[in-house]
Amino acid sequence: MIPLYWFLILSAVLFSIGIYTVITRRNTITILMGVELMLNTANINLLAFWRYLYIDTGNLDGVIFALIIFVAAAAEVAVGLGLIISAYRRRQSVVANDLDALKG
Amino acid sequence: MTVMQLIFLLNAAVTIIAGIMMSRVRRLLHAALWLVLALFGVAVTFGLLEASFLAIVQVVVYIGAIAILILFAIMLTRGGTDDTYDNSKRWIISLVVALIALGGILLALFTWPQGQALTTPLTAAQQDIGAIGIALLDPEGYLIPFEISSILLLAALVGSIYVGIEHKGEEK
Repeated sequence: MIPLYWFLILSAVLFSIGIYTVITRRNTITILMGVELMLNTANINLLAFWRYLYIDTGNLDGVIFALIIFVAAAAEVAVGLGLIISAYRRRQSVVANDLDALKG
Repeated sequence: MTVMQLIFLLNAAVTIIAGIMMSRVRRLLHAALWLVLALFGVAVTFGLLEASFLAIVQVVVYIGAIAILILFAIMLTRGGTDDTYDNSKRWIISLVVALIALGGILLALFTWPQGQALTTPLTAAQQDIGAIGIALLDPEGYLIPFEISSILLLAALVGSIYVGIEHKGEEK
């Protein structure tokens, strides 16, 4: 049998990779990809806690929460990519360093 | 070491390698394909957690929709296909930040006593996917979060169409 903390370690490692991607990358689309990975690790954690600790109580909080995170991720990607394409149309660039219109 | 543990370790290795490649590889399109592999690894992890419905939703929503959307965005925006990152100090700083986050999570994890918990085999009632559907539409259950998330999706749909559309007569 797989102990619970194996899943938690996997999601912690993937989360750190997501953070690393978000900080190092300069292309906004790749930054969005890192955010997606981080949302996925949250889902692994929710499902692992639900499966290991709460399944006998009969409630479905873990699964429903994960489904709502799917919805939030889909909405986030749709709006984010819409914004990126809109910014590309104005500035001809998707690199985060070039999108400095709000810089004081 | 049982077969399940072996499958878990193999899958974890593939997923983590795919994640690292996603964060390091230079070409954007390749990064997106590595992301697809990492997302598929997460779907397999859901399968190992015996959340079969969520595993399928993961493949359909993430790989089928979100990854394709990202690929389209990459193809629609030229000029940024080769992502360069600062290879001087910033690279090390972000590695340190990521490692500090990892260390903090692992420290909290190993001082937590319930981490050793093991699963019990699922009963037939717990494997029933229909229970998720009933709970989602049950006013005593999750009806309000369900409806709010549908409104969120509608708002995202309208918002992204409005943002993405080309407005005439605007200064470029």
